Amino acid sequence: VTPSEGAAGCGRWSEMLESLLALGGLVLLRDSVEWEGRSFLKALIRKAALSGEQVRILGCEVSEEEFREGFDSDVNSRLVYHDLFRDPLNWSKTGEAPPGGPLGALRAMCKRTDPGPVTIAIDSLSWLLLRQPCTTVCQVLHALSHRTPCPGHSPAVEQVRVLGLLHEELHGPGPVGALSSLAQTKVTLGGTAGLDSAHIVFRRPRQRPIHQTQWFSVLPDFSLDLQEGPRLECQPHPDPYTSPVDPTTHLTFNLRLSKKEKEARDGLTLPFQFSSEKQQALLCPGQGQAASHIFYEPDAYDDLDQEDPDDDLDV
Amino acid sequence: MKGMHLPDIRMLLQGASPRSSEMFPELNNLLNTTPDKAEQGKLTLLCDARTDGSFLVHHFLSFYLKANCKVCFVALLQSFSHYNIVAQKLGVSLAAARERGQLVFLEGLKSSVDVFFQAQEDPHPLQFLREASAGNLQPLYEFVREALTPADNGAAAWRCPVLLVDDLSVLLSLGMGAVAVLDFVHYCRATVCCELKGNMVALVHDSGDAEDEENNTLLIGLSHQSHLILRTEGLATGFCKDVHGQLRILWRRPSQSTARRDRSLTFQYKIQDKNVSFFARGMSPAIL
Repeated sequence: VTPSEGAAGCGRWSEMLESLLALGGLVLLRDSVEWEGRSFLKALIRKAALSGEQVRILGCEVSEEEFREGFDSDVNSRLVYHDLFRDPLNWSKTGEAPPGGPLGALRAMCKRTDPGPVTIAIDSLSWLLLRQPCTTVCQVLHALSHRTPCPGHSPAVEQVRVLGLLHEELHGPGPVGALSSLAQTKVTLGGTAGLDSAHIVFRRPRQRPIHQTQWFSVLPDFSLDLQEGPRLECQPHPDPYTSPVDPTTHLTFNLRLSKKEKEARDGLTLPFQFSSEKQQALLCPGQGQAASHIFYEPDAYDDLDQEDPDDDLDV
Repeated sequence: MKGMHLPDIRMLLQGASPRSSEMFPELNNLLNTTPDKAEQGKLTLLCDARTDGSFLVHHFLSFYLKANCKVCFVALLQSFSHYNIVAQKLGVSLAAARERGQLVFLEGLKSSVDVFFQAQEDPHPLQFLREASAGNLQPLYEFVREALTPADNGAAAWRCPVLLVDDLSVLLSLGMGAVAVLDFVHYCRATVCCELKGNMVALVHDSGDAEDEENNTLLIGLSHQSHLILRTEGLATGFCKDVHGQLRILWRRPSQSTARRDRSLTFQYKIQDKNVSFFARGMSPAIL
């Protein structure tokens, strides 16, 4: 990669992450066992932190040490980690368990009012959903992402964005659907060998949702390296040992027309096309129509009753 | 040969390993590890579907004992003597390891009886058998923590602590909910993997039944927490004398330095008397 190419790639991924963060509200990251989404979440967090924001993280699934691993000190200094990993149920009696349970911790994060935009990352929503009712989780998320300014504080509506990681296979269609409808932006992670992909759906109010697919790999410092999507023959096929087959080799028809064939095709009038000639023919009944007769010759055994022509119908 | 991964070729060249009385060296090769350089702070999930994956449990048990780790083995499936006999085949004596304090063995089959017939002052690790209302596995976690936390006085005699569970699905069968088991694993991870910088290995059955929601929640929930998943499956075509099943290796959180291109590998295997041989799919020596 030449420096200029690198810079261009850098600009593009920066743009992509910015567009994800720009809308505010809930950004839902849906991952799977095969394609884990924490790296992508960390890339988003890094981007938000580098733009000078403070990022608050509700960490339920990995230790603070493991979560901070890979970030440089600049980013790390802007992260506030609320540790729900070490002792969420107060088994160790460290007193670290939040009094209102995990959702209490989430509500408390929302109450602290600092000026400026805030980013809250939840790692992960699945952990919360397994232990709390779905409706409560959704209510708290709604309250978080539509935070109105508290009386007495700055009147400007503060922008809050919530990044939520969801392990999709763990939940039924109900909770996933409820969270999806709450989200402004949905990112579904997937990929093929060696390359990750993110399918992004933006939902802007009163606009059609925009779909977008990006291919990337996450670098060790959690910046993204945007890539070209794999060519068609590189798309995943179930068995890596079979070579890709060109489906156009033995066709019994032409895929394209020559210039002459094209002209011939264009010159043809199709039966359903309405032309002025056709119109004339229909409007003025021609000679053919006036001169036509119907000839009927009864069979020898036909029993025709002139007075009651419907006799044979048996009514 | 074109589509083969590098380790496969190494496998084929190597053939039967001369060091057969030392766990399963071929598996160590595939996982790129040896007892001397075992990683720390990792959760390994073993999973078996339509086959018996217990050979992996025996492998990791002898692996960590050889690596000089302090091992806590929560054995809910078989008796001590069963594990001991298999371990002896792999060149490790569990009885001796228990004597010298390296191995803490919780024999579920035996001690479950104690819960009912012996008056206990302290909560028994398997207390949940008696008090279904408790609904959590905190006593079992306390047992693990006590077993693996190094004593204050002695110098660190063992390399790192390791928790081994065979198997977690039994806890579901005994009436625990999937979330209760996930909570237990969560606390074990927080203590063993993060605080004590040790490792954890757990086996879960994949019943293959989509309607078994609890087991699926446990399996997927654990998969999301693991660093490495080893999934054994019986062959889709049925039983075969020379190929006993296939093993899929999935590295979920590739280490930062080695951006691994192959995040998952699949091999077929054959279990022998004291060893397991692995080969690329369709490359069984019996077929070639």
